[in-house]
Amino acid sequence: MAMNEPKQISVQELIAQKSNRGLLAFTEKLIPKLLLAIAVVSVLTTIGIVFTLIFETITFFTQVNIFDFLTGTEWYPFANSTPTYGILPLIVGTLKITIIATLVAGPIGIATAIYLSEYASDRVRRIVKPVLEVLAGVPTIVYGFFALTFVTPILRSVFPEIAIFNAVSPGIVVGIMIIPMIASLSEDAMSSVPNAMRDGAYALGATKLEVALKIVLPAALSGIVASTVLAISRAIGETMIVAVAAGSTPGFNWDVTGSIQTMTAYIVQVTTGDAGYGTTIYYSIYAVGFTLFIFTLLMNMLAQFISKRFREEY
Amino acid sequence: MRYINHEEVAVRTKKRLTKNTLLKGVFAAATAFGLIVLAILLYRIITQGSGYLSLDFFTSFASRIPEDSGIRAAIAGSIYLMLVVAPVSMFLGVGTAIYLEEYATKNKFNDLIKVNISNLAGVPSVVFGLLGLTIFVRFFDLGISILAAGLTMSLLILPIIIVASQEAIRAVPNELREASFAMGATKWQTILRVVLPASIPGILTGSILALSRAIGETAPLVVIGIPTILFFMPEGIMSTFTALPMQIFDWTKRPQVEFHDVAAAGIIVLMALLIIMNSIAVFIRNKYQKRY
Repeated sequence: MAMNEPKQISVQELIAQKSNRGLLAFTEKLIPKLLLAIAVVSVLTTIGIVFTLIFETITFFTQVNIFDFLTGTEWYPFANSTPTYGILPLIVGTLKITIIATLVAGPIGIATAIYLSEYASDRVRRIVKPVLEVLAGVPTIVYGFFALTFVTPILRSVFPEIAIFNAVSPGIVVGIMIIPMIASLSEDAMSSVPNAMRDGAYALGATKLEVALKIVLPAALSGIVASTVLAISRAIGETMIVAVAAGSTPGFNWDVTGSIQTMTAYIVQVTTGDAGYGTTIYYSIYAVGFTLFIFTLLMNMLAQFISKRFREEY
Repeated sequence: MRYINHEEVAVRTKKRLTKNTLLKGVFAAATAFGLIVLAILLYRIITQGSGYLSLDFFTSFASRIPEDSGIRAAIAGSIYLMLVVAPVSMFLGVGTAIYLEEYATKNKFNDLIKVNISNLAGVPSVVFGLLGLTIFVRFFDLGISILAAGLTMSLLILPIIIVASQEAIRAVPNELREASFAMGATKWQTILRVVLPASIPGILTGSILALSRAIGETAPLVVIGIPTILFFMPEGIMSTFTALPMQIFDWTKRPQVEFHDVAAAGIIVLMALLIIMNSIAVFIRNKYQKRY
């Protein structure tokens, strides 16, 4: 017995010995590091976005006063004699589109969510929800075309004072684009409200409407608000619809019937034109892009905060 | 003796029931609104564009005359673009998803990656265009090429592919992994031979949907400076190119009404491509998605 003892190795040790040798062990150690490197690409992308925006924006501010940029109410970069760079008109243009889009998509989206979650049968929901989501998948250039060639002419036949390029038509169409976002995410939030709560209300004699508005809606409110904020963020960053149908006249007013310009549309206008590399106009698209980035980032973080902080767990 | 006065109850509940019925109609109308808009959109585009849709439309280049305009260069450009975007975005996306689901322990850095991905998903596409213009076109000096645009698009759809792949990998039950470990397989062998094959349908479905998003994206291409009118086919990944949405954008902007019809014809082709890709995604999901 004593002779055999030194040679006795447990199975675990054998496995450990074998798996620490050779190519197999090497691969096992290498792969996680390789995958980590791949995962880091997404972080690098964010860093890349932030740094390019910051660097080029700083260059822009060596040529244009930052105070004038933030408070100026005139945006005429293409003026020959004295170009002015006040971003407020672009922000106002963006807000016009965003507000109109929210006014369209908010009520319709939430009403759709209530219908799908509370009234519709399983079969209707299974068909309608994916079909609605097709709306979100339509390329924005197609929506831009639709706004310019269909919605604007209809609007102009009802209200003749509306210009060909205006804020109303792209605003409505951006709203249509974000309906499925609000509807789908809100429906998810409403569906996760437990049935016991509905049954409690029914037992007290409530109608379906009362259950929907007084029980389900408040219980799912954080999800609904978060989805709406997310959709608003999408509307702020929407580019092609406004580039095609909103025109290119930045103005510091609240008129929605005339041509406007948004932050995104300005970037498109400059990059499709021929502003040379290194000119003030070239750098201005980064300053505008940075402003846009901050707006959407704040909205996205707000949406995440709302859905985390105010989520009701059942 | 009656405990319930039915008449009284009927009188009292009538108003509430009417309100219920009324608003049910309103909610249903709101739901119908989205569907009707979609129907109008499709109908409009098909009636407007079908007149220009012919074999010549696919085989001719852009032209100043609406009747002679075609999408040959644009179709080729879009296909070349996908040949870059598909492998790059899937390699990065699936790799990240495997790391996050199989290897990542809970620590600050991995949390940062996760938060970062969800924030990246909310960055407007036009900002990705600025990134591509600065980093790929100018800094790496790739020029206005298929490669530069493809890398930009890949980063744009990366968050979608990561999230879809994560869900697919998460759906693979742990019993399968444990069975593989019990046979003596290593972690990577398990991932490569058990987890990935089981999650491939989900990964493919998500990736195809993401790619169909990339086919329709216009804003990053505009910002990078992709030309709209080209009279030659792309030769390689360093070649200048134009893409289907860019061509549609160009036609939409033109003042002549005839070009709007040409744009509609281009949109029919683009939408047909998207519908085909989406159908493939749905088909894969329905056919291969196993429920454990």
